[in-house]
Amino acid sequence: MPHRTLILGLESSCDDTAAAVVLNGRHILSNIISSQNDLHRRFGGIVPEVASRRHLETINPIIDEVLAKGGVTFSELEGIAVSHGPGLVGSLLVGVSTAKALAYALDVPLIAVNHLEGHIYANFLTGASINFPVLCLVVSGGHTSLIHMRDHGELSVLGRTRDDAAGEVFDKVARALELGFPGGPAIEDLAQRGNNSAFTFPRALMGEDGKLDFSFSGLKTAVLNCIRRETEQGRPVKLEDLTAAFQDAVVDVLVEKTALAVRQHPVKQLLLAGGVAANSELRRRMRRRMDGEGVEVVIPPPQLCTDNGAMIGAAGYYNLRRGRVASPALNAVSNLGLEGV
Amino acid sequence: MGRRLGEIVPPGTIIALNGELGAGKTVFAQGVGLGLGVRELVTSPSFVLMNVYRGRLDLYHFDFYRLDEEDELDALGLEEYFYSEGVALVEWAGKFSRALPPARLEITITRNETGGEDERLLYVSLRGDENMEFLKEWSKQCCF
Repeated sequence: MPHRTLILGLESSCDDTAAAVVLNGRHILSNIISSQNDLHRRFGGIVPEVASRRHLETINPIIDEVLAKGGVTFSELEGIAVSHGPGLVGSLLVGVSTAKALAYALDVPLIAVNHLEGHIYANFLTGASINFPVLCLVVSGGHTSLIHMRDHGELSVLGRTRDDAAGEVFDKVARALELGFPGGPAIEDLAQRGNNSAFTFPRALMGEDGKLDFSFSGLKTAVLNCIRRETEQGRPVKLEDLTAAFQDAVVDVLVEKTALAVRQHPVKQLLLAGGVAANSELRRRMRRRMDGEGVEVVIPPPQLCTDNGAMIGAAGYYNLRRGRVASPALNAVSNLGLEGV
Repeated sequence: MGRRLGEIVPPGTIIALNGELGAGKTVFAQGVGLGLGVRELVTSPSFVLMNVYRGRLDLYHFDFYRLDEEDELDALGLEEYFYSEGVALVEWAGKFSRALPPARLEITITRNETGGEDERLLYVSLRGDENMEFLKEWSKQCCF
């Protein structure tokens, strides 16, 4: 393998179309996400949207732009990495088909990346040195999973949500409080000024012996019941307090389950990933708790926590190094599992 | 109730599930999954919009919660799943009921205003000309 390996990473598993050029799995040369890009204006105001048609309209201009921005030509690419699941088949297929066509035309390896695995690899773009085995907590709108990673490609899921994902509950509570979408930042902002003990919300599955699964739908219902009760009794809900108590419950569960996982599977590092990893209260409390356990916490910057192409490029590089090259028959798999990636 | 429905529901059935946030739609869907013999955890599809589970019959679990425009449904490839041998269950179906085939089972979960916070009322109706047999069987088993 040449010393300088450039991988193009493509991501279209859900709302955003994203592409990035990554050098040796550790350095981002350029990174573009459709929902943040000025392509919006050119295409008439594209907001995060799921229609695969939108992915189709944006993916080629984004690839052109990401190469131009990175000062890279097609002929310099050593591989095309793409997330092929889990996600929406219609959306995934746009990325997968584009990656296949590019890899074939350029005669370079096609590399399949699991979307969740990709999130974890955002940590490899932080400059931190990562020493296996590590524990990973992936928390986003679609996922809440504790993953033990022994080495590249050796992952096992220790626990996951049994119902709603943590980010999903943030969004649903925010919508109930009419705080807009995405709900995470709005809740975080309000909660900073609130009293987290003004309300008491349930922490589910905390008592279950050694179990590392999560459940957040009961918390969601408890918060909604609370809003209804207060409103019915003519008491205006103090948003700052409600959001503080709610966020506290989510963070508590995430931190305590992670601490439990660290005890069961001793590691020196914890990698956070996914959109909820951008929450500053989670970052702060997780760091403090892990300090006590002697575990270093690695967290990507917020723009690498949400879906992006760079994480796919990074994971793709390590897959390629292990000889994990996909066949041209690669397909999108909506419920792709993480074991055996 | 979900589990009992899952045990007897015939292939090709479309279940349109409605009810406000926190009503218990996903809990009901988890029951249907159990009844269909799905071994995986059935989780909320709000963010991912759809999940496919393998069971006695396949379960196609959709969620329209996050969708605002009818053309966003394109990405889901609904027709492919609706006219198949599996069971399609759609949360927040009422948002785009025109996108659903006319023959379907409609279930609305509401809170029992006069009861406790954990009590729910289910309104069930069968639309189109589907046969009623499994519904009779379901109601017998659930004793309503």
